[in-house]
Amino acid sequence: MNNVIVRDYDIPANDFTAAGEASSSVRKILVQLGVSPYVVKRTSIAMYEAEINAVIHGHGGKAHVEIDGSKVYIRISDEGPGIPDLELAMQEGYSTAPDSIREMGFGAGMGLSNIKKHSDIMKIDTEVNKGTTVHITVFFNAI
Amino acid sequence: MRIAEIAELLKAEICTKDPSQDLDILSACSADLMSDVMAFSKENAMLLTGLVNPQVVRTAEMMDIKVVVFVRGKKPQPPMIELAEEKGIVLLSTDYPLFVASGKLYSKGIRGRGE
Repeated sequence: MNNVIVRDYDIPANDFTAAGEASSSVRKILVQLGVSPYVVKRTSIAMYEAEINAVIHGHGGKAHVEIDGSKVYIRISDEGPGIPDLELAMQEGYSTAPDSIREMGFGAGMGLSNIKKHSDIMKIDTEVNKGTTVHITVFFNAI
Repeated sequence: MRIAEIAELLKAEICTKDPSQDLDILSACSADLMSDVMAFSKENAMLLTGLVNPQVVRTAEMMDIKVVVFVRGKKPQPPMIELAEEKGIVLLSTDYPLFVASGKLYSKGIRGRGE
């Protein structure tokens, strides 16, 4: 497979019902391509957590996905408040999510560490009052 | 365990249409926090939870969880049932609380992660 599959999605703000549709769509593409279930699951978790983050913290955003023969690259960007202390935000259990989000089963402070754990390369660009972009790469032949 | 056996054991209502007869559930995880489900469960095929919202179905989809059991008599709403049917996920509803439902399944050989 030499072709690159490119997809772009809008992540609607404050729409918790729709959150996950982009991840679900990418998951479907990977399954159709015959990517291993392990890689499909890692990619799904990483992208879904990032998508949920954009809904919770970033007033929605955009997802850009590129799939080639060896990897999937996902970029989730929002124009939310940004992350003032990235090191702190990366710590498991640290969360700034409001109670309303916790009631939905999220906001446990596991999102960013889950993304890191399930991706091969994770990079975060963030600027306070400008927004946050999370870059996720998962290789298909990862151990 | 088959869906029908699980439903009988938990005196549960099957909320989705045409559940698979062949599905054999071996492992489970019980949690109300979906982030915990994604962080700590690996090969779970079933989720027991007291949380009822569409993101439970989404999380199940991402985690390859085929069966979700809502405890304490909670019932999924029609949009959740539709979403689950679309994704091929079976939804059950039991009156038992989370601990009791988990214990009943454990006693029948269903196992969690890390053992």
